[in-house]
Amino acid sequence: MDKNAAVLYLIVGIIIAVVTAQAVFFLVRSYRRGVVIGMDKKVLNKTILRAGVFTIAPAIAILVGIVTLSDKLGVPLPWLRLSVIGSLSYETIASGIVQVVEDADTYVTVAFIMTIGMIVSMFLPLFIGKKIQRGMIKIQSKDKKWGELFMTALFMGMISAFLGFVFGAVNTGLKGFIPVFVFLTSALAMAICGLLLKVTKWKWITDYALPFSMVVGMLMAIPYTSWIV
Amino acid sequence: MLKHRNFDDNTHLFGRIWGIVTSVCIIAYPFLCMLIFDAGLNWDLVLTGIGVIAMYWVVSVVETFTYAPMLGASGTYLGFVTGNLSNLKVPCALNCMEQAGVKSGTEEGEVISSISIAVSSIVTMLIIVLGVCIIAVLTPLLESEALKPAFDQILPALFGAMAVVYISKNWKIAILPCALMLVVFIVGSFVGGEGLAQTLIGVMVPVGVVVTIAYTRIIYKKGWLGEQGYLKAETAETSENTK
Repeated sequence: MDKNAAVLYLIVGIIIAVVTAQAVFFLVRSYRRGVVIGMDKKVLNKTILRAGVFTIAPAIAILVGIVTLSDKLGVPLPWLRLSVIGSLSYETIASGIVQVVEDADTYVTVAFIMTIGMIVSMFLPLFIGKKIQRGMIKIQSKDKKWGELFMTALFMGMISAFLGFVFGAVNTGLKGFIPVFVFLTSALAMAICGLLLKVTKWKWITDYALPFSMVVGMLMAIPYTSWIV
Repeated sequence: MLKHRNFDDNTHLFGRIWGIVTSVCIIAYPFLCMLIFDAGLNWDLVLTGIGVIAMYWVVSVVETFTYAPMLGASGTYLGFVTGNLSNLKVPCALNCMEQAGVKSGTEEGEVISSISIAVSSIVTMLIIVLGVCIIAVLTPLLESEALKPAFDQILPALFGAMAVVYISKNWKIAILPCALMLVVFIVGSFVGGEGLAQTLIGVMVPVGVVVTIAYTRIIYKKGWLGEQGYLKAETAETSENTK
């Protein structure tokens, strides 16, 4: 079968257009809401810029995932899965159930498994999104300080897990420390940006500090790997 | 008589409508392929994949309860459809809320979170469309051995930069969960091998969240968070206003 058939590109293009329409809908609606509740338009516009800049490096990494998966699955299926709903880790694992995809039955089965695996992610938020939001409002209305600390604790819980994750291969020797060195490099770059901001008072630094530090960390992974491996 | 719907009610209504429409489109793909190629499911392969499906159903439940409170209503409805949550949408929303000086869980936080996730989704789709259009040119570059380490290390690079901001501002809250996770992953790597971390991360995010919430509650009740970052800022702001 032709895994890169024009009709597959057409279907994926239509689905992605629908999801993009949803994103545009919520962007416009939220922007308008921000204006209605008195938020400064400058803050809203800056958020658009920051989110756009922040997204570039991770989006290129996702594109790399598409290129990798396209060897086995053609371009349209990985394009669909990684543009919407999916995650690189799941799609890679799900496609790993077969070594090669040559016949149509295998292709549709892999596409089916990828889709069914994410069905809870698609529908559960629709059923419980409202309850979770009401729950958060209740927590915050009971005790505002605790409500804010609760949110901070949520973030810190996630960040602490990824901090641990970085150390998840240290048993393999120096090679396993590459993610740790990248983590520390990126953290150092961010700290330098923070210091630079304090000293120079250049506010624009805040817009680019995180994406810049992330790219510095990623780029330094190249010499670290060549020195260590 | 029609019930008066406020902005929040409409957010949930629109979120659900869009969620159903987009989910139906996404689910339709394998079935349309069956029709186009006159193909059927290979049930042996489906059975092989059931373990993977079950694992990701559990991960999805956990992600919904962990990320939905952070992202707000609109952000949740959009973020879960566009995917790539932990490696892109959640960090992006957190960074934008931090930079805009708004707190998650407030109306302003909801607006910023929603805008950032929408923009991030649109930019991702544009970059990927562009990449797909010139994939033949890009493939040798993106698959080059020289660049591979950079793309392999995106999560450490992303969370390194984020950690320095959040830990420095909330070190009293961070100290226990960070120490716990370091121990879990380091011991896990020696006990279960290097591949274990990939499996563990899905489970340890909610575990980290629950432990951090419980620990924060305890130290909050004991009054140990008086000097914590935002409380200091709040106190300074109050004294500014009083002056």
